[in-house]
Amino acid sequence: MTSIRATLIWAVVAGAIVVSLAIAGTSPLLAWRAPIYIVAGFAGVLALALVLLQPLLASGYLPGLAVARGRRVHRWVGAALIAAIVIHVAGLWLTSAPDVIDALLFDSPAPFSAWGVIAMWAAFAAALLAALRRPLDLKPQLWRLSHTGLVTLVVIGGVVHALLIDGTMGSVSKLVLCALVVAASAVALFDRRTWILLTRRKPQDRRL
Amino acid sequence: MLPISTTRRGLFAAGAAFGAMVLTEGAPAIILPAQAQGLAPTASMRGGANNYRPDAPVVQRIGNGGFWMSGTVRRAGDGAPLSGIRIQIWAHTTEGYETDPHSHGATLTDSNGVFRLEMPQIIPAFGQAHGHLAYDSDTFKTVFLRPVMQSSRDKSLKADFVLQPV
Repeated sequence: MTSIRATLIWAVVAGAIVVSLAIAGTSPLLAWRAPIYIVAGFAGVLALALVLLQPLLASGYLPGLAVARGRRVHRWVGAALIAAIVIHVAGLWLTSAPDVIDALLFDSPAPFSAWGVIAMWAAFAAALLAALRRPLDLKPQLWRLSHTGLVTLVVIGGVVHALLIDGTMGSVSKLVLCALVVAASAVALFDRRTWILLTRRKPQDRRL
Repeated sequence: MLPISTTRRGLFAAGAAFGAMVLTEGAPAIILPAQAQGLAPTASMRGGANNYRPDAPVVQRIGNGGFWMSGTVRRAGDGAPLSGIRIQIWAHTTEGYETDPHSHGATLTDSNGVFRLEMPQIIPAFGQAHGHLAYDSDTFKTVFLRPVMQSSRDKSLKADFVLQPV
């Protein structure tokens, strides 16, 4: 029973990612794009796929990757996500700099670009916070609240960004991947109940 | 006697109906002072000038064609059609990027102020299937447009200019 469940979870997660990438890889639009633009687009699809893995890893939902091991992989996937975002933006910049500059300055006519830029900065901030957590000896409370808040922005911004784009992803596989991203993030968010930190009284505040 | 109810409910309903009309059909002339003096000039669209190349040549057709970009050019104020106006067009198409010189071309309006230029099929680029048009000669103020296609399968796209004398 457990092994069936494990197989099923991995099949759904890996299937959604592989199918999304495969459909994007056979998009007719690729015929009219040069390699740099193709790589930039793929980095975006991959980034969305990695965003699906992150809450699953952080909460230990993936069979074989319980919380402790999952968190280690979570850090590497986080680094890969940042790299994917950088490649996505850099590749688009090389393809058409003025469009990327407009987007970064929140002055783009395309409604989806601002969502992507918000998600990008939130991802950078979440990753920076993770990197500085130990050197700065961040309080666990501050760390958890800020990391959770930032990655919620990454999920919302990233999903809206992806859904509004007319690009290489297939519309059904994109919708499925986005639904899984939102579902995985929501389950992890409610499961970890980070917001309790906002209302929980500190021990020193308790009246004895 | 005004034909509107002056009860609180009546005024609320009239206000909501007016608001809904503004939202769905655009503001009526009474609250658009710029139009009181006639046809308002077209404003440049955000991102319209991206990958613009000055002085694209007037061509019979951009590349191998198959897609039509068309529109009208009129004068602000009286709305008179303008003939012989040079309109420049570029887009990401099946034959090249917006940055490629061969993706750019220009055409002139006819005596009715209508322009029409055949170009390769526009395909979605940077998330939207869109074209770029420019009026960039000296007689009127420069205008850059960036119309978006309803569907990336469309075979044509329209954009209209209302130009303001310099």
